[in-house]
Amino acid sequence: MPRMTVNGEAVDAAAEPRLLLSDFLRHTLGLTGTHVGCEHGVCGACTVLIDGRPARSCLALAVQCEGAEVVTVEGLEEGVLHAAFRRHFALQCGFCTAGILMSLTAFLRETPRPTEREVREVLSGHLCRCTGYTPIVAAALDAADA
Amino acid sequence: MTGGERVEDRALLGGRGRFIDDLPAPPRTLHAAILRSPHAHAQLGSISAPDGVRLFTGPEIAAGLRPFIAALRAPMRHFPVATDKARYVGEPVAVVLAEDRYRAEDALELVEVEYEPLPAVVSPSAAIAEGAPLLHEAAGTNLANRRRFSYGDPEGAFAAADRRFAIEVSYPRSAVTPIECFGLIAAWDPDADAFEVTAPFQGPFALHPVMAAALGVPANRLRLRTPPDSGGSFGIKQGLAPYIVLMAAIARLAGRPVKWIEDRLEHLTAAGSATNRETRLEAAVMSDGRVTALRYTQLEDCGAYIKAPEPATLYRMHGAMTGAYDIPNLEVENSIAVTNKTPSGLNRGFGGPQVYFALERLMHRIADGLGLDRLEVLRRNLVREMPHRTASGALYDSGDFGAVVDLARTAIDELRARRAAARAEGRLYGVGLAAAVEPTVSNMGYITTVLEHEDRLAGGLKNGALAAATVAIDPHGGVTVTGDSIPQGQGHRTVLAEVVAGVFGLAPADIRVVTEFDSARDAWSIAAGNYSCRFAPAVAGTAWRAARTLRGRLARLAAARLDLPLEDIRFEGGMVGAGPGREVPFARLAGLAHWSPGTLPQGVEPALRATEFWTPPELGPPDAEDRINGSAAYGFIFDACGVEVDADTGRVRIDRYVTAHDAGRLLHRPMADGQVRGSLSNAVGAALFEAFVYDGAGQPLAGTFADYPPPTACETPDPEILHLESPSPFTPLGAKGIGEGNTMSAPACIANAVADALGVDDLELPLTPARVAALIP
Repeated sequence: MPRMTVNGEAVDAAAEPRLLLSDFLRHTLGLTGTHVGCEHGVCGACTVLIDGRPARSCLALAVQCEGAEVVTVEGLEEGVLHAAFRRHFALQCGFCTAGILMSLTAFLRETPRPTEREVREVLSGHLCRCTGYTPIVAAALDAADA
Repeated sequence: MTGGERVEDRALLGGRGRFIDDLPAPPRTLHAAILRSPHAHAQLGSISAPDGVRLFTGPEIAAGLRPFIAALRAPMRHFPVATDKARYVGEPVAVVLAEDRYRAEDALELVEVEYEPLPAVVSPSAAIAEGAPLLHEAAGTNLANRRRFSYGDPEGAFAAADRRFAIEVSYPRSAVTPIECFGLIAAWDPDADAFEVTAPFQGPFALHPVMAAALGVPANRLRLRTPPDSGGSFGIKQGLAPYIVLMAAIARLAGRPVKWIEDRLEHLTAAGSATNRETRLEAAVMSDGRVTALRYTQLEDCGAYIKAPEPATLYRMHGAMTGAYDIPNLEVENSIAVTNKTPSGLNRGFGGPQVYFALERLMHRIADGLGLDRLEVLRRNLVREMPHRTASGALYDSGDFGAVVDLARTAIDELRARRAAARAEGRLYGVGLAAAVEPTVSNMGYITTVLEHEDRLAGGLKNGALAAATVAIDPHGGVTVTGDSIPQGQGHRTVLAEVVAGVFGLAPADIRVVTEFDSARDAWSIAAGNYSCRFAPAVAGTAWRAARTLRGRLARLAAARLDLPLEDIRFEGGMVGAGPGREVPFARLAGLAHWSPGTLPQGVEPALRATEFWTPPELGPPDAEDRINGSAAYGFIFDACGVEVDADTGRVRIDRYVTAHDAGRLLHRPMADGQVRGSLSNAVGAALFEAFVYDGAGQPLAGTFADYPPPTACETPDPEILHLESPSPFTPLGAKGIGEGNTMSAPACIANAVADALGVDDLELPLTPARVAALIP
């Protein structure tokens, strides 16, 4: 039974040693906002914050998060970044969006005034098939400006 | 045009979307894992597993099924699971069930299958060569169909031509892999002998009766529902159809609900893709650059089975094989091969990229061969008069193609200046152009162009494209809209709310749109679904018509209530009537219809719920001469781009991309632009990075997103998007589709630019660095 906090709450649930963090979040805790797109660490959809840093939850075991603070999309404050995504039409199907929000949240915290190039590099860890990325870049730059 | 924020976004941004794997499963649900063939071609022997493994083998499953109905009556039986032979890597051969997915995958490892490998055929030309191994012995050939078509006088035009130009291209397989893989929950009700399946299937619902027939039940016993959200589809989730049948059959065999979530390896191996196609295209050309005839020889590779709705990829463009050009003479030979590869299916652009890559590459070469300006040759051949009937029967509805090209003229001048500057510095820079018509709202009869006319007559002529929508007003004046569009992220709820709000003089926020679909309750017909860009032209227009019907009822009610002439009644700001003092709130009027139907004036229909169906009368069946108007409306796209090729690495960088569109009336400009950017990024993937490559034994070589690399934010250009709006006379709102155009035009445009940069004639997609580096002079 891993002891961790998820979105600030202590978790009280058992996990088999082989259970992926993504499956633990989704199916054990019911936090289905984290999405699974490839289970091999490329698409970025399942990105969460582990101790403040973005990580692929499909490449982590739940038991590895013993003692960690995990934040998922459900734990993000719906603030300027979310508003910028709405304003710029930065999502269509919304399946990749949670992971992108997690990466951008960590990135903008560390780099409050990024260049477009820096934003695109961060986003290159995420695959989006719907938007062509431009509106996501615009939303990130807009949120950084706010 | 409205264009407000999307009503979909708050939930999706908050992690509160409800995708298939997020939904609660029914009690006692078992999880399925599929055992798939590791061989491209193999005879199947015994399949066994230790006691305790809930194993369902192909023969056991197929015993309760009927083969899928196919458009072609070739003896190539197809079940959702292999029975005698496996014919592609990834073909299901057995299914196991367990309490969760982890245990189901454990159990898969315990299953023993005897395979006797057979020689495989991978390329379509090898498949139809003499002596090739047969996939379907009963057919006696791997050539599933061949038809020749002639329109106008191609022989005369070729004889009279000043010049002939030809191109041979091999278009590869790719797919706009959605980030959400397939998934479904299937259950069987033994008392009703009825199935209930929830899946993000995208249509076309022509496949619903196909699925029901495979299960051996009437279609009203296959209740198909979609989750509220779908994580992208781009045509691909049409490929859920065989899995719906497979898992419904397992649910019946097991007597338990079954949940199956596909993983990415399964998806990239076996979900489906566009067809690959080998094309020879020849043009009869006059010395001024006018093209007078085209002659296509197309060899389509549908993979191991001709899976419905195939061979639609080959025939969707049939009426529009002359593209954006006025070319009166046309000859087409279409052959369809089966190979030991994954069966093909819908993919964004469906049939367009294969045609335009050949046609637009050839137009570029015609200009070069004649020593003429490429833009001028393109422009000289454009269709001018509207409406325009093409040689093979399409009816182009509206637009001024030349005016759309002219939108990009300054951009082209600027691209050419960049090219001159780059070349002066010794850099490899090229400019590409491409023009395309984008067919929207598919004629459900176009696929029958593959049949001889006598066979069409015998089977009953098929045509049309029924769209359905329902608008209901509740006793408080709340408006609910449903439609048969089944979105996968395209914001249909937002657009329908805006369209219907406009009819009633309400705010979009007053309208509730429900897009999760239920085949047992919603109005639908076989054309239902999210494909061929049918939403804006067909479904939004049909919802608008349904709202207009109710508006007419309410207007008569208001006129009687207010003692006003009917023509004075307006719907504005939540009020109905003729201005202050002579109006009633919309909500009160609605309440009157519900609470006091006995007091309504004579002749006013009390029901505040209207379902409308709409089909464009322009969509007839193929005629005796095989002319077919395959789509209700045709948008136009003109693309221009500049690319720079890295002389050391062969990497292609898209420097600037300009795309000019006429998609009729735009219902929501930001979302229309979103469709353009998305389809362009998909095309960039197809042009530069993505291909389902197979080795000589039919083993797929791309099983991860590292081997099959969609473009990221660093490789995807930020296009300049230009619009003209020529409303279609054939759709209710004048709208046409816009979601597929760039997937059709951009691979050719990018390739033309790379050919220009390198000064080479022949290119094969994707233009990976290794491939391009080998071409650098």
